[in-house]
Amino acid sequence: MSDQNITNILVVGIGGQGVMTATEILAEAAIALGHDAKKTEVAGMAQRGGVVSSHLRFGSKVLSPQIMAGTADLLVGFESAESLRWCHYLRPGGLVLMNTARLVPPVVDLGLYDYPDDPLAEIRARDYRVHAFDAMAIALELGDVRLGNTVMLGAMADHLPFPAEVLLDSILKRFGARKPHMVEANRKAFEAGREAEKATDTATSHKKELETA
Amino acid sequence: MAAIMIPPANSRLLLSGNEAVARAVWESGCRVAAAYPGTPSTEMLEVISTYPDIYSEWSVNEKVSLEVAIGAAFAGSRSFCCMKHVGMNVASDALMTLTLTGVVGGLVIAIADDVGLSSSQNEQDSRYWGRFAHLPVLEPADSQEAYEMTKLGFDFSEKFQVPVILRMTTRINHVKALVTVGERVAHAAAGFKKEPARWVMTPAGAGKRIPLMFERDKVLRAESEASSLNLIDGGLDKRVGFVASGPAWMHVRESFPDAPVLKLGFSCPIPLEKIRAFAATVEKLVVVEEVEPLVESELKAAGIACIGKEILPRQGELAPNVLKPAIARLLGDPVPESIAAPAQVFPRPPTMCVACPHLGVYYTLAQIKNITIAGDIGCYTLGAGHPWNALDTTISMGASMGIALGLDKGRGESDKDKRIVAVIGDSTFLHMGMQGLLDIVYNGGNVTVLLLDNRAVGMTGGQPNPGTGRDIHGADAPRVDFAKLVESLGVKKERIHVVDPYQLPVLFKTIRDEIKIPSVSVIITDQPCVLVDDYKKQKPYEVLDDKCTGCGNCVDVGCPAIHVTRREKAVKPSGKEVELQFVRIETTVCTGCGLCVQPCAPDAIVHADLTKPMRLVRH
Repeated sequence: MSDQNITNILVVGIGGQGVMTATEILAEAAIALGHDAKKTEVAGMAQRGGVVSSHLRFGSKVLSPQIMAGTADLLVGFESAESLRWCHYLRPGGLVLMNTARLVPPVVDLGLYDYPDDPLAEIRARDYRVHAFDAMAIALELGDVRLGNTVMLGAMADHLPFPAEVLLDSILKRFGARKPHMVEANRKAFEAGREAEKATDTATSHKKELETA
Repeated sequence: MAAIMIPPANSRLLLSGNEAVARAVWESGCRVAAAYPGTPSTEMLEVISTYPDIYSEWSVNEKVSLEVAIGAAFAGSRSFCCMKHVGMNVASDALMTLTLTGVVGGLVIAIADDVGLSSSQNEQDSRYWGRFAHLPVLEPADSQEAYEMTKLGFDFSEKFQVPVILRMTTRINHVKALVTVGERVAHAAAGFKKEPARWVMTPAGAGKRIPLMFERDKVLRAESEASSLNLIDGGLDKRVGFVASGPAWMHVRESFPDAPVLKLGFSCPIPLEKIRAFAATVEKLVVVEEVEPLVESELKAAGIACIGKEILPRQGELAPNVLKPAIARLLGDPVPESIAAPAQVFPRPPTMCVACPHLGVYYTLAQIKNITIAGDIGCYTLGAGHPWNALDTTISMGASMGIALGLDKGRGESDKDKRIVAVIGDSTFLHMGMQGLLDIVYNGGNVTVLLLDNRAVGMTGGQPNPGTGRDIHGADAPRVDFAKLVESLGVKKERIHVVDPYQLPVLFKTIRDEIKIPSVSVIITDQPCVLVDDYKKQKPYEVLDDKCTGCGNCVDVGCPAIHVTRREKAVKPSGKEVELQFVRIETTVCTGCGLCVQPCAPDAIVHADLTKPMRLVRH
């Protein structure tokens, strides 16, 4: 489907979780390595707690900014049910990095819909590889729930077709420019995410697969 | 926004289409830029406002913003105006005569079509305006092209003294891609030259300009035929050749790498002869255009055989997942296998924010029976959703006023006891609602107007407006006094109430009293949007588990910080079966507005003990 030289990463979650920022940092890292890159999302009303899906495509030359269902190399889910909602975007056997935290919308609290019992199991049943961990708990342990997106970036670090340090540099550069007091906290969050992901049950590096994907 | 560091010429930057246009506007020496916020166009002006050397403003509506840009162009300045698709409906009155006068300083009008309806009440094709108003339309396909076509648009506008439309879509405005930027070149204003035959469009004057517009059409068509923006990209597989523009061109190029493609960058007037020659080189010609079959219809009218909306949808984006199967079917090729079906997951519609001042309003409206509520465009449109279901119509900016009056005047026998309520936000009221209220007053309407003043254009990100007290740069600006404004429109002083939407009993009593009075009333709520600086967070709340009786009253507020942790069936003394909903408050996001505390009968909601570790709601 997709061009052989293009890496497709889909980052999903809900408005306010920092999905778009995380994808932008990832894009900046790819660009720093000389890739062409396009990042897209439809997030007009995402600020109001809606679904956010952010597409990143990078490689020698990117045309369409959109990842087509069935072609993503990597799905990064910032929330449990959102990971399930978007997992069919993965290519067969693709990898999900998944925050197991559940953010329950009002329509579920009102009893109009059910939250899936076990999104993780449902994703696994579709034969995708899943690395799951509670990024929100990690961020809270570090003292700020807003560090969640950096935790997720840390979790991605060993699954990209470039060194983890490039991604970390990209994160620290952004916070260095905008919120210098947050640099250390973000470095810690990045490392904590990287460790948590490594500790997941099926943790093996799929870096090689991605490079040849 | 604060001034930014401006990256130097030749930098390669990751820019959204909106940011790319803003950079190009600045580099083009544009001196005046105006807009009203609207997704997906908002960031164009937001970013322009951070550049030096440009006067920029949030105008009260799109028509005024275009008129400001027109005036600046008449004064010989390069000027810019941008809006979302529906904005041009408002601005078009000015546009349709502007086409007769033309401009002196270059004028570029960027219109952002929300193809796919990410945040709009309809889906429109702004390329129509090029046909309707006889204006050139440029269609970029990504950020780099948006940047280049904006710069070209200014040159073109000055060369032919014609305003230029830059047609964008969400998939250009909000996509970030690499852009190589250049130097700024200043353009001094030529100065306004008195020339009544050109600038004063009386019937006699306009009558003389119309033939000139037709002459200009011919010139523009010749330009389009010769333009390098209308580019033929050859391909070996000649079974199908494509004519495509905008993001659809990217999708075609990606999906059919071996097909010949004619890319329309300068798409109005269309280069008919170039397309006719191209059509002769391919077996079948397919037109791929978002949204309406404009080019397709023009080609067919010119006798050029082509296929378009017979096989492609008229709604939404024409992405590879749409194109590939459609073309495979056309060619009789095997249709690509459909991918795994998506999992069935609950919808996650946008919600109002935690502690939003509108929550109190809709909680109250949901309690009042026998009312019809005309709504408007803004965050408060979400009042139509759960749990409130307290909004009955939404059409266009400011429409709540006229529609409420029409519901009143046109009521049938079955509605004779219905109370009519209109709900409108501060910015929407100033945009296009004031006139409607004046009409209600003048014509003796029986409408209760709720003017939700949250001092910001909330839905688009909290931009200031004349009711905010700040300008686009955050500097102090005159602030409209809404109570005085509506009084001066003729609403009786005793029928105007300013209330705090967090004080539910007062709000309830005020609304209930006013809807009974058979004349126009205005109830103004006066608390700021929680996303702007004016909002002050307070101590968060939590629920005492042992006190919660599961009544669910707090759930009806609709605050996303309140979560149901358990449901139980219970039988009331009356024998009626009810479902109890036991709740918790997510203390990490609660900002202590206190709305949920008020309907809580057992006083189970109290200020959170922040010495305990923060808890997240788990189900």
